[in-house]
Amino acid sequence: MLRREVALHPRPFAAGVFGAVVYAAATVGSSWVLGRVVDRVIRPRFEVGDVPGSTVAVGAAAIVAVGVLKAAGIVCRRVGASLAKFGVEATLREQVVAKYQRLPLQWHQSLPTGRLLSHGYADIEAAADILAPLPYATGVVALLVITAAWMLLTDPFLAVIGLLLLPVLIAMNLHFQRQVEHPARVERERVGDVSAVAHESFDGAMVVKTLGAENDETERFRRQAEALRDAKVTVSVMRSRFETLIDAVPAVGTIAVLVVGAWRVEAGAITPGTLVAFVNLLTLLVFPLRLIGYVLGDLPRTVASFDRIDWVLTQEVPAKAVRREAPSAGVDIEGLTFAYGDNPPVVIDVSFSLRPGSTVAVVGPTGSGKTTLLLLLARLLEPASGAIHAPDDIALAFQEAFLFSETLRDNIALGRDVSQEQVEAAARVARIHDFIASLPDGYDTVVGERGATLSGGQRQRVALARALVTTPRLLLLDDATSAVDPTTESEILDALGTRLRETTTVMVATRPSTVALADEVLFLADGRVQARGTHEELLATVPAYALLARAYEQAGVSP
Amino acid sequence: MTTTDPATTYPTVLAPRSGHQTRDLGARSSTWEVLRRGWRTSPELQQGAAATLALALVGAAGRVAVPVLVQLTLDHGLDAGAGSRTMWTLTGVGLAVVIVTAVAAQASRRRLATAGESALAALRVRAFRHIHRLSLATQTDERRGALVSRVTTDVETLSQFLSWGGVAWLVNSALMLSVLVVMAVYDWRLTLVTIAVLVPMFVVLQAVQRRLSRAYDTVRQRIGELLTALSEMLMGTAAIRAYGAEAHVGQRVHEANQQSRRANVRAAVISAFLFPSADVFSAMTVASVVGVGVMLGPADGLSAGRLVAFVFLVLLFLEPVAEFTEVVDQTQLAVAGWRKVLDVLDTPADVVDPDPGVPLPPGPPEIVVTRVSFSYGSTPVLRDVSLVVPAGRRVALVGATGSGKTTLAKLLTRLADPTSGRILVSGIDLRHIAPTSLRSSFVLVPQEGFLFDTTVIENVRFGRPSATDDEVRLAFVELGLEPWVDGLPHGLHTPVGQRGEQLSVGERQLVSLARAYIANPTCLILDEATSAVDPATEVRLTRAVESLARGRTSVTIAHRLATAERADLVLVLGHGRLVEAGAHAELLARHGVYAELHRRWAAGIEVDPVTG
Repeated sequence: MLRREVALHPRPFAAGVFGAVVYAAATVGSSWVLGRVVDRVIRPRFEVGDVPGSTVAVGAAAIVAVGVLKAAGIVCRRVGASLAKFGVEATLREQVVAKYQRLPLQWHQSLPTGRLLSHGYADIEAAADILAPLPYATGVVALLVITAAWMLLTDPFLAVIGLLLLPVLIAMNLHFQRQVEHPARVERERVGDVSAVAHESFDGAMVVKTLGAENDETERFRRQAEALRDAKVTVSVMRSRFETLIDAVPAVGTIAVLVVGAWRVEAGAITPGTLVAFVNLLTLLVFPLRLIGYVLGDLPRTVASFDRIDWVLTQEVPAKAVRREAPSAGVDIEGLTFAYGDNPPVVIDVSFSLRPGSTVAVVGPTGSGKTTLLLLLARLLEPASGAIHAPDDIALAFQEAFLFSETLRDNIALGRDVSQEQVEAAARVARIHDFIASLPDGYDTVVGERGATLSGGQRQRVALARALVTTPRLLLLDDATSAVDPTTESEILDALGTRLRETTTVMVATRPSTVALADEVLFLADGRVQARGTHEELLATVPAYALLARAYEQAGVSP
Repeated sequence: MTTTDPATTYPTVLAPRSGHQTRDLGARSSTWEVLRRGWRTSPELQQGAAATLALALVGAAGRVAVPVLVQLTLDHGLDAGAGSRTMWTLTGVGLAVVIVTAVAAQASRRRLATAGESALAALRVRAFRHIHRLSLATQTDERRGALVSRVTTDVETLSQFLSWGGVAWLVNSALMLSVLVVMAVYDWRLTLVTIAVLVPMFVVLQAVQRRLSRAYDTVRQRIGELLTALSEMLMGTAAIRAYGAEAHVGQRVHEANQQSRRANVRAAVISAFLFPSADVFSAMTVASVVGVGVMLGPADGLSAGRLVAFVFLVLLFLEPVAEFTEVVDQTQLAVAGWRKVLDVLDTPADVVDPDPGVPLPPGPPEIVVTRVSFSYGSTPVLRDVSLVVPAGRRVALVGATGSGKTTLAKLLTRLADPTSGRILVSGIDLRHIAPTSLRSSFVLVPQEGFLFDTTVIENVRFGRPSATDDEVRLAFVELGLEPWVDGLPHGLHTPVGQRGEQLSVGERQLVSLARAYIANPTCLILDEATSAVDPATEVRLTRAVESLARGRTSVTIAHRLATAERADLVLVLGHGRLVEAGAHAELLARHGVYAELHRRWAAGIEVDPVTG
């Protein structure tokens, strides 16, 4: 996994590792310089009485030089690591987005949007996160190797203490990371619980309030909040114990080094300066060692996130399985069958043909396959079997009008190369032009997130204008005017009839007044076409149709 | 485009882990003001704070022990010899100090976490309770989302601060303070040298820090935009495919992605320079201290050990600086979060309950609305409405969307108070009725009947928590819904899913009717579902409403012709005014607004004569 990630942006990563090694060398160097300064400058001055000015200057300059080198190493490491991390993140995201766009609609429909968003954002962030501390971690390893080598070469006795201390610190780190894993997960879950209760309770505030249940709800929330508090305190106490130990253990080590060091100095094996240098290096090692723990602790999460991304990237884009017939003027469908995954088919052996320019209403109870049929006609779904002869330029408008947080013009044009005149003409047919023109910014008005600033009917009409902007040969309306009032709706359908004489229109509708406007009705139930005829004919001859129409009529309700 | 608070739009799990909220720059109250207010309102924080601080100081002293030991060893231990008493005493005292201070440090951290988290839990609960007290008349989806983040993400930001930034402030301040004290004891001249070299560093760091904070703001904003672009791409998949707009939308995501990368790299580069600048300054300080120390020589009590210890102390003093640069940003976010929560707590509840208030007499009430007006902000919704709902009668409210029907229903259940005018229930002003009495007498069945994510039976019990299983079952029997509820996969114990999504809209309303029934109110306010309901459920709903309304005063916001036909009195609202009132037949004969409405309605066209 790491290799694959690094391979995406190898150069900044290499720079990061280089910087980390420089930093490691400079860190050991700074301790060594300090030791030399103690022996060559400080001790002579305080024990002998004098020291040449040039020696002092060289010592001071060496201290500054090593400090600058260390800083340069850190800059190089951090810049390189972040270029690598954010670069990999961006590249992976481009790959995932490209894959999302190639995978069929059916695949999208089978997964919750929240999950896809999470793969496309949070998982990628988590997967690339490891790249930031990784160069540092290699630097820490270099630091440990250089330290060990230097200590062993200088004095084996002191080296033993140092080398004993390092594994202890690393073991403590690993132990803590493992220990905190479960409580940390509990904490995350409880954050979710608290949020769920708050969402639900505020959404249902009217019920809560009118039933006088505020106190019960507050109690329910309190229980969750306190459970979360307990989880957080557990994690914090664990962390406080760890942080305290990771401070105290090196302090004990330092005392040991001082005791043994004093003996070694007396034996003449090392100079006091070297002792100071060792003690200094021990204090410098504590912080980097902590990081190793974080990297290792984070690794499982990173791997899990990367696996989820990899799952997306390795999804197979199915080849178009069904014959793509030559474009035709009318619509001609033969033996169309479709099922979502392994579920029972929702469209079964449907055949019909429509003459060019006609308007057909598809009517049927919930779950009868109306929407699926339209998606099949639009070739957004691949049928299991059957053939579709239909025009090439198809436009589709849904009941749930999805608008982007862009300008109204962009929402209507949707990336197609169309003129302002075409946009306005389409908006006129969709009976939304006057409204848009009345806005201070007109077509340049930016729609709020998910079209929140417009009413349902207005959103539907904008989406309809989007469908009409290119004068399609086949227009598919999936209850696309359900939130538009009937007067306007019939105006729109009239305008469609005159403007789009050549266009074949297939519309899913529930309102009897809308259905009555169609030339013909296809009555769909259980995935099959049960009857076909005019609204009046079906009312008179098909009891199930008449029953459904009456139910819709009774519910004839205001939006 | 609103991207300032994406946590309200996306599930919390998806919010970036950095907890991105844009800093509230046009701050209404200063940081200190927020801290003071927060401190005052959280007694949990105040309790034992002095002891926590004292323990932190003792704990910090442990870190200072190493330089002191180095000094003592160099100045005394080495001369006395490795096996000397001096050396053993040093070792023993040193170990004791390390252990004692470690215990103190751990205790102070534990106390901080416990007190802080308790304070945050209490703050959450207080804010939650207060939000339920705020008027619901003005609540929109957006506002509700923002209120949810007050008790979730905002408090979470504070908690994250507490576990890292808060500890850093406490531990590091204590550390820097003890280091300064030891420095001053060792040599005041070298202490001055240290401070003199470090002052410019703090100036430089502060300037860079400010740029870094701005860079982080940009990052948060770009992430918000990226999330918007990504989620729109995913939610609009069908529309995008239908129009072949993949390239257009893909370009948008691509740009947002690259913008976010650039912003992230920019912030990272600034911090890459900020972080190690402390190393450069510390090297300069060490060099200066050594230079000046050597110059001063052994006079005035300076020794080799003290000078070396000074070098260690300088490093110790600067160790937290790098951390502080990151903590400052987190602190600002936490303060902004705290401010938001405190502001919610300071928002006065617009419906003030009387204490104790007058109880309602038993039996179905008569409701008299006198010259009631109501405005959202400056937009009038109800204007000078006067009407009477006779005791025990069924009233239907009809009118176009935006005519004020729902607002009137909210006023009747006192979810909001009228801007002017008054509402009398059985002769008592609604504002003077005891809350418990009001809540047990008036029950509102909202449109699409809101359900909680539990079982059918628990949802019904919400109406009266003490109701037994048999009583709940009886409610369904009385409403003629027993066959329906028995037909559910697990009968009464069927889980309804989030917001009742496992049930259809009509079925959700059936459950909320049973909930209303079990609450046994004397007055029922019912908001009919607007959307189409399948025929079988429609019949059940009608029958259940029929039984429920019997013997009670009821006001129904009618979306169905049949409801208006069956009512004793029909009230027609238009543009916030009462346009017509009378029995169904009477109004038909009048050939006015209602007659026209009814004509179109009956023709299967629509109820709504006004919207266009």
